[in-house]
Amino acid sequence: MRPVYMVSGGVSKFEKARPDATFQKMVKEAFDYTMGDVPKLKPDMIDGSVGSYFSDHFTRQLMAGIMATDYLGLCPKPNKRVEGGGATGGLCFQAGWEAVASGRMDVCLAFGFETMSHVQTWKGNEFIALASDVNFDYPVGGFYSGYYAMMVNRHMHEFGTTVEQLAMVSVKNHMNAYNNPYAQKRKRLTIQDVRNSTMVAYPLTLLDICVMSDGAAACVLASEEMAFKLTDKPVRITGVGTGTDMMRMADRPHGDVILAPNEKKSDYKNLKYPGVHSFRAGRSAGLQAYKMAGITDPIREIDFVELHDAYTSSEIQTYEDLALCKYGEGGRFVEEGHPFMPQIDYGLKLKTKGTIPVNPSGGLIACGHPVGATGLMQAVFAFWQIQGTIKKHYGSPELQLKKANRGLIHSHAGTGTYVTVSILERGW
Amino acid sequence: MAKNDIGSKRSPRRNPAAKLEEVMTGTTVFGIPFPKDLNALKNMSPIVIKHPYYVEYVHSYGQDSPFFAGLANKKLLGTTCGRCKYTYATPRMHCTKCGKETKWVELPQEGRVHTFTTCYFGSEEFLKETPFHLVLVEFDGVDTLMLARLIGVEGPGDIEIGMKIRAKFRRNSQLKPTDVYFVPAG
Ligand SMILES: [Zn+2]
Repeated sequence: MRPVYMVSGGVSKFEKARPDATFQKMVKEAFDYTMGDVPKLKPDMIDGSVGSYFSDHFTRQLMAGIMATDYLGLCPKPNKRVEGGGATGGLCFQAGWEAVASGRMDVCLAFGFETMSHVQTWKGNEFIALASDVNFDYPVGGFYSGYYAMMVNRHMHEFGTTVEQLAMVSVKNHMNAYNNPYAQKRKRLTIQDVRNSTMVAYPLTLLDICVMSDGAAACVLASEEMAFKLTDKPVRITGVGTGTDMMRMADRPHGDVILAPNEKKSDYKNLKYPGVHSFRAGRSAGLQAYKMAGITDPIREIDFVELHDAYTSSEIQTYEDLALCKYGEGGRFVEEGHPFMPQIDYGLKLKTKGTIPVNPSGGLIACGHPVGATGLMQAVFAFWQIQGTIKKHYGSPELQLKKANRGLIHSHAGTGTYVTVSILERGW
Repeated sequence: MAKNDIGSKRSPRRNPAAKLEEVMTGTTVFGIPFPKDLNALKNMSPIVIKHPYYVEYVHSYGQDSPFFAGLANKKLLGTTCGRCKYTYATPRMHCTKCGKETKWVELPQEGRVHTFTTCYFGSEEFLKETPFHLVLVEFDGVDTLMLARLIGVEGPGDIEIGMKIRAKFRRNSQLKPTDVYFVPAG
């Protein structure tokens, strides 16, 4: 395998509804932004593309991938669709990496989109819930917020995690998004605002849960030779990992923790793992990516994380999967302030700030979650962060981290069925 | 929950953000306006049409069919792997650990709440049933869990992890996993 770099990225603003544009047009917006950021890149230098969208139900168009490809003028070059629930965008990013790493392409475009506004919210929830076992899970009350609520209730039971700790994730991500013009929800909130918000599935309120969006995102990945021809500041993808787990969370084993390099068996004497409180796929993806990137102490060796916070609870669960803290310490990790941005005032009393900023962009909770685009959006935001070009792309420098040499992006599907982790690093 | 406590002594609650739920009913429009100048077309509002979609599938439960026949006969069936001594509360015909074919076994009809939630909203299909309570059920001697509805409680405050619950069956089976549901054990 040869080294792979990201040389450019673009995002259409994520909005509740984009009736003014079809999915092809939204992809074109993200693509044009991407091309505009690397003027040396011409369409004929792109060897092919991978496209992602999650749901045929939302799109009501099979083979939508080729329709975006032809709209971009990339026929007759290679293209395929990549799909894996909420992790669709992350899988697409890694499919682009594979195309370049294998030598099949020197320059590959990875694009993704979703048009979720074409049905009403509760129908949309039904479509999403069809990504749970339709024989055994969906008919019992298929509703992803309900599934995540059950998982966090077990997390709270197992580890003492509190609803206020969940709410702090929401405060953090909405506040970060305040300075991100691409975000759908830019809000200053208090813990009380989150708790007083409408209860959706106990204990998760409306402000603990991401929203549906229309949107698109695109990334250009390239070989080393092409990357340095195209830009002075390419970002190298140094690690990729993909984990999986049983579709039905009822089927998850209750065994031993898969240990991270910085953990010991004695850390988890009485913990049955993963059960429904932890994501084995996230741990597996993280450890693969860490091994490839040579990371043994993630919290010290990674500067920031963009992770899949479809729920405040899953952000806390993911801190643990990614070994940013031990299993069971995720609630305390956010309460102490570790994942907050050092330079932002959240209106919270925090013991520390900025140990490892998580979701500096605002994450899914605030940016929105047009599924097929989401994992690529994270790549774009992380890419700008590492390049140090946040001011250029956001129009203001507030969210630029001082030290952003190495970032982690994390995309997550189902109740933890597919999870991807990719490590991005300063490549110049 | 707080949302339902309509008491006489409380202070008035007024919500300036109150909003009617959008509905999918509406009129079909005839006579779409059209400008004389084609350059004005790019300023046109998007046309949004309604597109209904209805499908009836012939859906087979395949090798899992006996589970549903069991429910119709007030039996809760799981499967077990003889080689791994591993029992699945939600049946699977092949063991995920060793790949060997499993065999059908009857599960106990009393279990405990492994975890739970109360859904105040849901997918469109289940919205009219809200609030409803979901539980993952654990059974003695069984290695995996089962997703089910819990009734006989009002809210999350009435449910506890570890509490004993008992299976009940619909008399008129619908051949759905909801033919079995749980109630607090007496
Ligand atoms: Zn076996």
